[in-house]
Amino acid sequence: MNDMSNFWSWWIIVIVAIIIFGSFIVLHLTRKMEDNGEETTGHVYDGIEEYNNPLPLWWLNMFYLTLAFGIGYLFLYPGLGAYKGYLEWSKESNYQEEVAEAEAKYGPLFAQYLNQPIPALIENEQAMDMGKRIFLNVCAACHGSDAAGAPGFPNLTDDIWLYGGSPEKITETLVNGRNGMMTAFGEQLNEEQITQLTSYVVSLSGRQAPEQEVAEGGKLFAQNCVACHGADAKGNQALGAPNLTDNDWLYGRSRKVIARTIRNGRQGNMPAHQEILGDAKLHLVAAYVYSLSNK
Amino acid sequence: MTETHAPSYNYTVVRRFAVMTVIWGIVGMAVGVLIAAQLLWPELNFDIPWLTYSRLRPLHTNAVIFAFGGCALMCTSLYVVQRTCQAPLFSNFLAGFVFWGWQLVIVLAAISLPLGFTSGKEYAELEWPIDILITLVWVAYAIVFFGTIMKRKSPHIYVANWFYGAFILTVAILHLVNSAAIPLSFTKSYSMYAGAVDAMIQWWYGHNAVGFFLTAGFLGMMYYYVPKQAGRPVYSYRLSIVHFWALVSIYMWAGPHHLHFTALPDWAQSLGMIMSIILLAPSWGGMINGIMTLSGAWHKLRTDPILKFLIVSLSFYGMSTFEGPMMSIKTVNALSHYTEWTIGHVHSGALGWVAFISIGAMYYMLPRMFGQKEMYSVKLINWHFWVATVGVVLYIAAMWIAGVMEGLMWRAFNDDGTLTYSFVQSLEAKYPYYAIRLVGGALFLSGMFIMAYNMLKTIYAPKPSSADQTQPAVA
Repeated sequence: MNDMSNFWSWWIIVIVAIIIFGSFIVLHLTRKMEDNGEETTGHVYDGIEEYNNPLPLWWLNMFYLTLAFGIGYLFLYPGLGAYKGYLEWSKESNYQEEVAEAEAKYGPLFAQYLNQPIPALIENEQAMDMGKRIFLNVCAACHGSDAAGAPGFPNLTDDIWLYGGSPEKITETLVNGRNGMMTAFGEQLNEEQITQLTSYVVSLSGRQAPEQEVAEGGKLFAQNCVACHGADAKGNQALGAPNLTDNDWLYGRSRKVIARTIRNGRQGNMPAHQEILGDAKLHLVAAYVYSLSNK
Repeated sequence: MTETHAPSYNYTVVRRFAVMTVIWGIVGMAVGVLIAAQLLWPELNFDIPWLTYSRLRPLHTNAVIFAFGGCALMCTSLYVVQRTCQAPLFSNFLAGFVFWGWQLVIVLAAISLPLGFTSGKEYAELEWPIDILITLVWVAYAIVFFGTIMKRKSPHIYVANWFYGAFILTVAILHLVNSAAIPLSFTKSYSMYAGAVDAMIQWWYGHNAVGFFLTAGFLGMMYYYVPKQAGRPVYSYRLSIVHFWALVSIYMWAGPHHLHFTALPDWAQSLGMIMSIILLAPSWGGMINGIMTLSGAWHKLRTDPILKFLIVSLSFYGMSTFEGPMMSIKTVNALSHYTEWTIGHVHSGALGWVAFISIGAMYYMLPRMFGQKEMYSVKLINWHFWVATVGVVLYIAAMWIAGVMEGLMWRAFNDDGTLTYSFVQSLEAKYPYYAIRLVGGALFLSGMFIMAYNMLKTIYAPKPSSADQTQPAVA
């Protein structure tokens, strides 16, 4: 609120004061109003008359009480324009305090595992329980609570890895995130060529496809795809290019999906988690992910 | 006040709005029941884009607030202003334009929202061409209402008209400011505001839509139909004055309580909370004035189901306006925000207060508008009352439990500081309460069908002999 000008600060203060003290004054004056002795006000609207009973005392006191609470709160907390409040509370400081408190309390629990190598950690039941809980809080939204993935989100329980499944590679994936990039070929290739290429790609994992198309597709593959997926189509973990011969499909196994991938390309994104998790938790969840296929 | 001098009131527009109130009530609530069922069985969108939850939810809110609630407010305000000012409407042509214009707005909403056209502003989703139509209709409405007040026979203005007037004036300002947008094409526009300012404008609008559309307007309704149906004078004129001015000046500030713990500056959040708490007494002023009006006539509650609707609506009003300030307290809000508790709170106000008082008022209006002494079946009104009451209670109780439960699940920690539950677990835990809510909503909707049947029977019943046909409401 440092950038609030004096004018706007006073603008707010004056309006709030008018409302709060105005309420006091209106209540006080109404209370002082004399009973005129008559039963009703004398107005009649379509047969409706009005009594002029005094304000119920409990209601009046409740009104005063909320006004007093408001004044007290506005003295202690920010509210009156640029005035920071007697307690100098702010939602940022409140958040920082809670984070620091949690860090002091829970930090050591995670830090104790930081220096243990991942292959050793997966034998530690308590560490794996903690790693699993982090996984469920942070990773399960995409990879599923059973870590079996979903279309576009890799299965972490099998032996198939886009970027490598060693403890070091898993840690690297978590620290920096990954940006998977399959180029779109819809501009370079016509629909017939895309169909031929699709037939070649499905034939790589032993599925049936028209022979003529497979032959033509093979030529297209050699021209366009080998740079990333390799001449043997077994992929390249340095680039995150998937193995096309193992019949494991990140986005789905149907010809339609494969053709769409060739036509439009794919943009896979695994966000970087270093800042979200910190070193200790990241180490634990890396160990948990490693344990899923190594236990 | 003699019958011979009774001015020739315009009841045509009132009659049409009364019928449409019941019809739009059924439509809006039926959509609500469908989306409540979709939360249980997502397959019910049949993979058709127009039937997805995301498109039907704004249709539900717009239909119940602006179609059902709007027609009820326009029906009663145009009736009450004539009766209490002893003056016919300022312009019959403009009144007709208000009716047909408003129906057109509703139909356009019912088409454009499922098609996916939206400005993305909650409770103000309609795109800019419809917003302009709303503005025209609203200006005509204001001219008819205030013009009639200008023509009044008595020096004073009755309290119901203060509230109706505040509602009409404020909603005009809210609509113009919040809907200000830059059109990109005929069907797409972007808000004039950005970031936290946009959020603040949106909730200044959103909460005052509750405050002036759903509260002040319906308090105007309350101030006519409760004393009329009870046959008793209003409890306290001075309470009317105090709570009216306090309500309209303090409500304006309450919006930021929708944005606690967000990027909104702390001072605005604090003021939103403080003003919400101070709002408790002014809100309850209306409840006291309504319920105490019945003192000396409590026995009528036993036999008069219309009065039951009116008095129970005031109880729900009192309960919601206590719950609201409580939920605006930051500490409570940290638990309640983003949970089903908010949905429960809204519906205790929307069903318990707004719908109940409207239904009560319509049961008062319908026979008078169609030349009958009373509704076709008083027994069916009683059935409607009990079916609706059980429906509301099931709905609210289910949402309270589901809301507090998921709020507590979201903040539950393990010994190592990680969260105990994943989001999907809290969702799973809510399923039984979603089912209870669906039953509650379906009961409330079936009450509206009972009402529609009763209405049709009343409209088409043989008219009483001309000797009985004198205006029954002239005192």
